[in-house]
Formats: sequence, C-alpha cells, structure tokens
Amino acid sequence: MSDDILATAAAWADAGEQVALATVVETWGSSPRPAGSMLAVTASGRMAGSVSGGCIEGAVAEAARETMRTGAPQLLDFGISDERAWEVGLACGGKLKVFVEKLA
Amino acid sequence: MRRATLDALLAARAAKRAVVLATRLGDGAQHLWPEEALPGALAEAAQAALDLDKPQTIALDGEAWFLQPFSPPLRLIVVGAVHVAQALAPLAATLGYAVTIVDPRRAFATEERFAGVALNHDWPDEALTALAPDARTAVVTLTHDPKLDDPALDVALRSRAFYIGALGSTRTHAKRVARLKEMGHEDGAIARIAAPVGLDIGAVTAPEIALSIMAEIVQRRRGPKRRAP
Repeated sequence: MSDDILATAAAWADAGEQVALATVVETWGSSPRPAGSMLAVTASGRMAGSVSGGCIEGAVAEAARETMRTGAPQLLDFGISDERAWEVGLACGGKLKVFVEKLA
Repeated sequence: MRRATLDALLAARAAKRAVVLATRLGDGAQHLWPEEALPGALAEAAQAALDLDKPQTIALDGEAWFLQPFSPPLRLIVVGAVHVAQALAPLAATLGYAVTIVDPRRAFATEERFAGVALNHDWPDEALTALAPDARTAVVTLTHDPKLDDPALDVALRSRAFYIGALGSTRTHAKRVARLKEMGHEDGAIARIAAPVGLDIGAVTAPEIALSIMAEIVQRRRGPKRRAP
C-alpha cells in the first residue's frame, strides 16, 4: 500500500505542493499500524496513508510542517509515557517511533 | 527523501523489481538498494529485510538504519472468468494483489466483464505454467469444470504458491482428489488445496464468496493472531 502513498506524494510534488513523508520505523505493544506504514502530508494540509489509527496523525502532520519549513528530518516518539500523552498518546497503549522527512 | 530516490523507487515498483530503502535515522541519508551499493553488513541486512518482507531497524557502527523492503505485489491467479471472479478481482486488487483471470472461454473472459483486469485466454495448464506461481502467488480455481480446473491445479500443486483454493462442494472435491491422485499427486500435496474454498462465513452471494476467499488468503499469509476462546 505504501507505493500508492508514494505515488500520491510524487503527484502532489508534481502539482507544486510541498510534501513531507512520515514512516513508522518501530512499534512496541499493540500499535495499530506496523513498521513501514507511511503518511504523506502537504503544506496545504492534504494527507494520504496513515501511521496510526488516527490517534497521532495530527501531531505528525504538525511535525511534518516544521520539517517542510526547516528541511531537517525528525524522529518522533509516541506512547503512553509521552508527556503529551493526553493529546497524542495511543489509546491502545502501544508505542511507536515515526521518522519524518521532507520530499526535496 | 530526495525526489530522485522517490522516482527510482516508483520505477522499481513499476518494473516489479524488489528494492530496499535504507534510511539513516540520525540525519535522513538514504540509499535505494540494490540500485545503489551498500557496505557489506548493511547490504546483508537489506537482503534479510527483503527475504522476511518486513521492515527492520538495525544499529551499525553506532548509527540506526531503517530498512524498508518494497516487494512486487502479491499475485492472485483466478481460473474461471465466472460471476464470483467478477466480485473477487476488484476485492483482491483493493487488498493489493495483482490479479490475472485465466479462462480460454472468450465469452466469459471479456474486457466488458473484467474492466482493467489482466485476462489470459490460454488453456489453464499453459497459462499457469507461463505465469509461474511463486511463494507470493495465490491460485484459485472457480470454473467447476474439471477440464479447466484440473490442469490448473496440476500446475499449481507443483509450484510454491502460498495458497491454492478450489470452488466446489466437499463431494465435488472428493472426486477432484481422486482425479489428482490419478495424475500422480500425493495426498500430502493435494491437502494444500483449500476446498471448499474460502473461510466458512456462510457466504451465499458472489461478493460474499469473494470475501470468504480473500479472508482465507489473508489468513494463510498472515496467520491468525488470536487464539480461539
């Protein structure tokens, strides 16, 4: 499925959009999406794919906007021990790491 | 990700070539293997990720690398361009399978009935031999006609297909087993055939039967996660 997301990301970039890619690189416990799951985000707010069941997409999109601005990739940690757990923790109690990079 | 890397990845997908995207998590440096060479240990780990068809995070010289395999799509070969196949083809495509419909009866295997689906009008044994099912291929026979189903099953049983299913009742299958034995197949090999095909969800309509077949194929590939209560 991630190939569809990559094709979508390429199409968005072709259309002049700024695009960032987020990839689940590690999971622990009952994370809803396995490692390798991808989310493509544009600066204009379009999204394709997923890195969770919807719990952390908002936070990832926010980090993606920062990465699009700075060009610097980020490695994000999400889980119940996260201090922002109330906003963006996983209801399922899982933990995961998400790598965010700009398509340049 | 550099645009050139993305384009190379998409080109590999289009050419059905397996590749691994290696990302150094510290700074985002990326290589697409094997189009780009990787140092020995990293190349070995990339090959392992490909063999397992599962992403891996590894540590090398104090650096974390994420190795993401991109394998060509799984394949589903359907023998019989029948009503159930019309429901099965789009469902399988949604699940990420590259679908080929095999049926020498051109009245059934038409572009009108199977818009956008790969159609093969050769006799099933020739078609299956040419399509060469591998460990990432599922084969399902739906014609109900031994003249068409049996030659396909004969080839499928001699392949590494991860799933072989045949439509037909238990009684129909018993007769089929007898014929396949006459063709020289052993009991153990014949037991690979899922028959009656599909998970027993009480499917009645063509889409329901298609759903039960795809559910069984997914289960065969992934394995059930929960134990029965």
